[in-house]
Amino acid sequence: MKNYTQKTVEDFDKPLLCYLGDTALSVNFGEQIDPKLIAQVHAFDSAFNKLNLVGVIETVPTYRAITIFFDPLIIDLEELETSVMHLASNHFVARSVGRVWEVPVTYGDGFGTDLKDVAARLAMTENDLIEAHTAPLYLVAMVGFLPGFSYLSGLDPILSVPRLSEPRAKIPSSSISIGGSQTAIGSLEGPSGWHVIGRTPIRPFELERTPPFLFKPGDRVKFRSISAREWLILDENSARGSLILDSVEE
Amino acid sequence: MTALEVDQCGLGASVQDTGRYGHRRYGVSTAGVMDRRALGLANALVGNSVDKAVVELALSGASFRVSGGQVLLSVCGPGTRLTVSGQSIPKHTSAKAVDGDIVTVGPPRNGFYSYLAIAGGFQTASVLGSRSCHRRSGIGGNLLSKGDLLPCLTTTATKSLCFPEGFNYNNDDAIGIIPGPQFDMFNEGVWSQLLSTRYKISQRSDRMGICLIGPRLLCDKGHDIVSEGVVPGSIQVPGDGTPIVLGRDCQTVGGYPKIATVISTDLDRIAQFPVGCEFRFRIVSKQEGLDAARRFSLWQNSLKKKVRPVGELTSNLFSHNLISGVTKGDEI
Repeated sequence: MKNYTQKTVEDFDKPLLCYLGDTALSVNFGEQIDPKLIAQVHAFDSAFNKLNLVGVIETVPTYRAITIFFDPLIIDLEELETSVMHLASNHFVARSVGRVWEVPVTYGDGFGTDLKDVAARLAMTENDLIEAHTAPLYLVAMVGFLPGFSYLSGLDPILSVPRLSEPRAKIPSSSISIGGSQTAIGSLEGPSGWHVIGRTPIRPFELERTPPFLFKPGDRVKFRSISAREWLILDENSARGSLILDSVEE
Repeated sequence: MTALEVDQCGLGASVQDTGRYGHRRYGVSTAGVMDRRALGLANALVGNSVDKAVVELALSGASFRVSGGQVLLSVCGPGTRLTVSGQSIPKHTSAKAVDGDIVTVGPPRNGFYSYLAIAGGFQTASVLGSRSCHRRSGIGGNLLSKGDLLPCLTTTATKSLCFPEGFNYNNDDAIGIIPGPQFDMFNEGVWSQLLSTRYKISQRSDRMGICLIGPRLLCDKGHDIVSEGVVPGSIQVPGDGTPIVLGRDCQTVGGYPKIATVISTDLDRIAQFPVGCEFRFRIVSKQEGLDAARRFSLWQNSLKKKVRPVGELTSNLFSHNLISGVTKGDEI
């Protein structure tokens, strides 16, 4: 996990610009889920936010695009477009922009109701599945859907499993799930069509805590399998507002 | 403590202001009032700046009991009326209420949302910079229900204000849209349907999205895209081809193609279209959208000057409404 840096992005193609009405600009780098695109988006997002352009309210980086929200009364669109295209033409080195977190997870029995089914579907043992899920260093590609809900890139393709045909109305908070070729750390209780394989005692979003949000787009995550007993202890600390994990590296 | 106690309200009642910004990258939706025009008007009528927190009601009326002190209230929205302990208050006029008074807001007869403003603004907790309730995440509190106490400030401003100019929430102008990031996933035939057919507001509409009834808009290559940022006003088209105009409670990202975006000033208008209302879309330029936003801001900033103490200009008001003929019969 040391000195994790992205390779130089060599083909930083011209992004496609498209306005979302009179309040936002979408800067689109591609159409797929591709680690290289995600790195481009995050590097661009981090560089763009350093410009502190007048009239820009906030940005939302996703897998392949960033959305720039602006105040239509203040923004100078010409300046915005010029800055965006100028930044995009820079062949800058896309370094890892975030921190690395080790996230404890209790898999299966009472914590991940779908672990057994998913393992059976993939013709694996539960232990092999857990091993394959804890092996990669994932990238937080995007946070969205609900506050703190973190979409991770880097799932081993052998763990891909189609989403449920009928989404569930509610899955527990902090669920670890797999949907298609993606995996995610849930935050609040909510609806989901993904398979729940485990649960972390960590709360990615806790309003009363400083900071309220744990994972940022660009952060990296490694899962660690823990026992049910350990989960209960950590969850108790978590409930008291303790962070219960450190970022391994800034 | 001065407060309004919810006596009775419909399903979609919540506290809203101009919304929560700066946290969308963490998945926090902006929320905020569905109709910023009514927010500005209701606030101006009680002497507030246009961004103070109000109570938003969807498709139904509500009643509240005043406790602890004196307040100045106003109600805005298409066809909505304010009653204070049985006394009906003229439209676009604020009114004083005292401890024990029952304040009733009538349903929005010709629209979707009604707004109740109070001098000083509702003092519910500000969360991440806003008092707006986002129902899905619970940020900013929950929907209102019977017995809830809404803290407010005791006011010394008891002079009722009125808005002699009047205001027309809905007109027949088409809803302005700018083609969206996936506009080219829809073929010419689909586009001409979107622009030539009248769409209808579905009763399934809420703060998350305004659902439309009309010709289905189908993509040749399916309706799944890799999720990206969306904005209130994005017209998302899921697999069944039914367009949804995203509302202020919409998620921060979405995985359906966005054929177009409703410009910000027309999002306020379409939000107030009543269930079953038919309307058209038209394509506008980015510049038209920006100009409309600028005009809206000027109008909003002019409200404070346009409100007048009740009584001061009664004769003027009469001549304006009855003789000049500038107000239409359907004006609310």
